[in-house]
Amino acid sequence: MTHATLFIQCIVDGMYPEVGEAMVSLFQRLGITMDYPENQTCCGQPSFNAGYRKEAAKAAKHYIETFEDSETIVCPSGSCVSMVRHHYPELFENEPAWKARAIAVGKRTFELTEYLVDVLHIENTGAYYDGTITYHDSCHLKRYLGVAAQPRTLISQVRGATFVEMKGCDTCCGFGGAFSTKYPDISTAMVREKVKNILDSGADAVVGCDMGCLMNIKGYLTRNTLNVRVMHIAQLLAGKKAGAV
Amino acid sequence: MSHDAATKKYAQNAASAIKDEILQKALNKIQSGLGKATALSYQNLDEGPDLRLAAHDIREKTINNLDVVLTRLAAKIRENGGRVYFARTGEQAVEYCLKIARQHHVKQVVKGKSMVTEEIRLNPAFEARGIEVNETDLGEYIIQLAGEKPSHIIAPAAHKTRQQVGRLFERKLGVPYTEDPPELTRIARKALREKFLTADMGISGCNLACAQTGHITVVSNEGNIRMATTLPKVHVAIMGMERVVPNLEDHDILFRLLSRGAAAQKLGGCVSYIGGPAGPEFPDGPEEFHLVILDNGRSRILADPKFREILCCIRCSACLNVCPVYGKIGGHAYDATYCGPIGAVLTPLMEGMNQAKDLCLGESLCGACQQACSVNIDLPRMLLELRYRLAYGDDQWETQPVSVAEKTIHQAWAFLAGHPALYRAFLRTFALGQKIFPTSRGMITKMPGPGAGWTRSRDIQPLSQTPFRKRFKKLNAKKAHG
Ligand code: SF4
Repeated sequence: MTHATLFIQCIVDGMYPEVGEAMVSLFQRLGITMDYPENQTCCGQPSFNAGYRKEAAKAAKHYIETFEDSETIVCPSGSCVSMVRHHYPELFENEPAWKARAIAVGKRTFELTEYLVDVLHIENTGAYYDGTITYHDSCHLKRYLGVAAQPRTLISQVRGATFVEMKGCDTCCGFGGAFSTKYPDISTAMVREKVKNILDSGADAVVGCDMGCLMNIKGYLTRNTLNVRVMHIAQLLAGKKAGAV
Repeated sequence: MSHDAATKKYAQNAASAIKDEILQKALNKIQSGLGKATALSYQNLDEGPDLRLAAHDIREKTINNLDVVLTRLAAKIRENGGRVYFARTGEQAVEYCLKIARQHHVKQVVKGKSMVTEEIRLNPAFEARGIEVNETDLGEYIIQLAGEKPSHIIAPAAHKTRQQVGRLFERKLGVPYTEDPPELTRIARKALREKFLTADMGISGCNLACAQTGHITVVSNEGNIRMATTLPKVHVAIMGMERVVPNLEDHDILFRLLSRGAAAQKLGGCVSYIGGPAGPEFPDGPEEFHLVILDNGRSRILADPKFREILCCIRCSACLNVCPVYGKIGGHAYDATYCGPIGAVLTPLMEGMNQAKDLCLGESLCGACQQACSVNIDLPRMLLELRYRLAYGDDQWETQPVSVAEKTIHQAWAFLAGHPALYRAFLRTFALGQKIFPTSRGMITKMPGPGAGWTRSRDIQPLSQTPFRKRFKKLNAKKAHG
């Protein structure tokens, strides 16, 4: 039996629980059993990116302790997985025991589409979506985890859906964590261009694998009352005939 | 300038650049043209794109043995009849150049495009002593006439339209207005030809120096550097001390990558290998050749193992051509010699982390720069490293902690992250408290404090009253029963 331990990062847990729900129903359809360690909190990425490594290390230790007994950990965010896999070991340069534990747990932590395609070799999730979709490549997912083909493979198998690439699909949307609030003009100029490319693609929905970026894109869309649907890939893949999610 | 004032200035520079439609068009053109073409040109390398990784190793090895390689280079240059001067500071380098100018009673200098001379502010020093300095690269020439600074490492006048150049030439050179690029080039060429013929000193940068042969390589697409380095009787080349390769084999690899990174070319248009002054065997060239090897803070970078990698840079500028932040704010907003991702790492190291903190904080960490870099430098890693030093302060770099308030917030968050019950209680409280914020169609439209920057242009999703952690058990049970 296939079993996954869910790591539902803070913004999905708190702001977009429906993305977590979609992941659960998708896994149920695929026959993957799940557990969800109640003690999970934040992976520490916000602190790490801002330079506060001692604080990030505390969050990292908590993550390691929470998840190190799990065989396979799956998270619907490339940047959190990149944090665990690539940056946790850096945090423990002077603590070899912790470093070893970090590396071990990092090897077992997967991003959702990476898990489905690379680990389980699933391409067709049996999803249905009636409409035209474009895909936004999240930076950390694509560049640090090398995941770009996997989501496209999964999307291409969604029945009823037409897929179109947008221009600059892998150009940063301008989220960048605290960057978006500290340098709002630059961040806004970036998301404006991203949204323009989404609109120009003619898609009625933009799909991504990271709610950080999607929160940014959606926030700009709703502020400007632009009518494009924003979906996490879990929501798309959980969709059934009656309509998505 | 206080650090807050610097932040304000950076933000203002950025904001006005974003509003400048001409600049936006120019930036878009560079990035969609050159940025894409460079990526493709790596794919077309005979050895494949992984040559970038091999080049990184070469650079790393050289930087790790820089003292030995530079000693060899200096010896070889001297052997070839050139003179070598090691300058510890920018001032020393400028002084040395001025001394040579005095010895030769120089009145006019022609220059090849060189960022390192921008770094040491060579032109103003010469001009202050009544020596005329003429930039001969077309882009640099335009910038010089306009009294501006380069906005791109390779394409200094990238921010100017041909109409602007036409008006500039009309005003400064007294020629009739034209916006026809070949005609504009012809005008510049005519003006510069005269300068080349009368100049008594040529100053250039150095793209790469080769220790094995004792030559320096300079590239241009206009042939101007070749003229600036051979026509006047004295040629002074200035190089950052990291711009050296040990042998011709490495030179070949790096030079090909430099051409692709800079302009998606297989090879620059006019490439000169300069091996010293003219002699009985090689009658071409200047009577005197000087190479100034500049430190100006590089040793300090070399001494820090976490930042040493930045010395691998060969200033190809490929990172500028893909950076989404550079693509919006342009080069001038950085208010530094080196802009874009390379500038975001290098400037804080050269000018002070606190002073230039916005350059490393004002990046989204998207990683496009590393992918574009001709020698695969891990720029994002060093941006993070700079932020780390800024967070806690660093005596070695005379860096002060950037914000006590911010640190306190992260300490509190880390505490919560380690205490799940409190973490949950905090989120619960926040979910209830957020009701005071105005909403529209279910989205928060205005937040105070740090959130204000976000809500100025975007809505934000409120926290759910039933987070996922509260939903999971029920969801998971559903399936189990049926
Ligand atoms: S960091 Fe890399 S891409 Fe940027 S200028 Fe240097 S060598 Fe070129």
